[in-house]
Amino acid sequence: MVVSQIVTAKIRIGAAQKVFRDGAREVRALNDVSLEIQANEFVTLVGASGCGKSTLLRAIGGLETLTAGKIEVDGRSIAGPGVERAMVFQHYSLYPWLTVSENIRFSRQFSVNRRDVTSADVEIASGRADALLRLMGLQAFARAYPNQLSGGMQQRTAIARALMSRPSILVMDEPFGALDAQTRELMHDLLLHVFKMESTTIVFVTHDVDEAIYLGQRVVVMAPNPGRIDSIVPVPLPAPREQDMKLSPQFLQLKKQILERIRATSGLGSSKDLLEQLTREAAPA
Amino acid sequence: MQLARWWVIRGALSSREYWALAGLGMLLPLLAWLFVSGAGWVPKTFLPTPLEVLQRAREWLMEDELLTHMWISMYRVTAGFLLSALLAIPLGLWIGSFRPVQALFEPLTDFVRYMPAVAFVPLVMIWVGIEESAKIAIIFIGTFFQMVLMVAEDVRRVPMAQIEAAQTMGATRGEIMQLVIFQSAKPAILDTLRVTMGWAWTYLVVAELVAANSGIGYSILKAQRFLQTDKIFVGIMLIGLIGLLTDQLFRWVHRQRFPWLYRKS
Repeated sequence: MVVSQIVTAKIRIGAAQKVFRDGAREVRALNDVSLEIQANEFVTLVGASGCGKSTLLRAIGGLETLTAGKIEVDGRSIAGPGVERAMVFQHYSLYPWLTVSENIRFSRQFSVNRRDVTSADVEIASGRADALLRLMGLQAFARAYPNQLSGGMQQRTAIARALMSRPSILVMDEPFGALDAQTRELMHDLLLHVFKMESTTIVFVTHDVDEAIYLGQRVVVMAPNPGRIDSIVPVPLPAPREQDMKLSPQFLQLKKQILERIRATSGLGSSKDLLEQLTREAAPA
Repeated sequence: MQLARWWVIRGALSSREYWALAGLGMLLPLLAWLFVSGAGWVPKTFLPTPLEVLQRAREWLMEDELLTHMWISMYRVTAGFLLSALLAIPLGLWIGSFRPVQALFEPLTDFVRYMPAVAFVPLVMIWVGIEESAKIAIIFIGTFFQMVLMVAEDVRRVPMAQIEAAQTMGATRGEIMQLVIFQSAKPAILDTLRVTMGWAWTYLVVAELVAANSGIGYSILKAQRFLQTDKIFVGIMLIGLIGLLTDQLFRWVHRQRFPWLYRKS
């Protein structure tokens, strides 16, 4: 008997289609999107609004069903959310009635985590929660409520909660989009540290090109009307990433290349064209 | 000009100023009442003086079983209110969480809630009779349909991200309903109960139209027949006072049960 040794990707997206119907109007959010993401890879998705990056991400998370095509994780087709794929949202996902520590442990009370549970498991989970509090620098805030925390602290809690049941994939939907620039930089380095320590696979949606390059090993540039993959840009920056790299010629070159693709596909034309058009329209005849 | 800052849109006000103005707002109508009734311009069957109202209250309390009337009215309001909450909360939870349940019940509820509860009095007498249950039924009709819709709205306001986060952590539908949606909507639902409790009290007088021989609402109606204007005043103010106290009680429970809403860094 021959066992074929096929190297399967961690996530395989095959000809994904998603059509939203709004009355008679049809919006092709995803059109024939295929992508493979390897285990322990950090992939970022960027693109102009309406390019379907969030739809694709939510489909990987199992929160959106595809109209056609399929998504496989570890070679198995997914149907809905699964504990191996934890999601982190932009905001409002924490439970305000629970403390930071209770938020992190929240999933312990689900039946999926209570089947055949032994006292050793409980001990491990408790240690895991403490380790995550430490990893995220949240020990001092363990008993605080989310609305007592800054936006950055809230997102650290959300990441810790997502990591609680050791997912192999972290699916992140603009998790730092609501944070100020300085906090965001701190979160980037923290997330890269987490990525290394937890050795997960991360799929990360953002509208910030700097963020996409700084975090990603590959940047997937998507384009709207219909939503599709425009190009995939490998990021050859060495690990560990450092904030100064954002000023390196290599980084700026990548940024220029990606921004050009986003502008070219945004349907608005370049902002320069738009400005010229507005000036023309404003000028008296 | 000092007062200019009072007219800043959504401006600040010190708590001393707030309470001074609040006191003035309560005091001015009282003074006006005192003045108009005391000047002897109007007959006392039209407007009794505050003192006469107080005397009547004392008389009612000492000689005419005011407390009994109060208890029976409180019992009716509370029973009608609790019955309505007991059914409205689960139904509202379902309507707010499942679109088919919403489609099935919401238009119907919207339709029924515009029917005036007063108009149900004859029907209730035919269907339920003239016992205590009839009075409770009127209060139930007056509050239940509003409550269902408000609870459903509270439930719909639970952020989708809270629900989706639980889904991706492996929660079942039942766990999401119980551990996320209900928990998240609880403070808003308690506020809904507080508001609808006020409405339950406003239906009391209507409820006690139904063959009652006790209760504050009944007493008000009877006082009208004997032109005891001062007693009408006592009854109305008593209901207002009980309402105010219940409202404060609900707010207190809210602060005790949901401390995270009141705790800021």
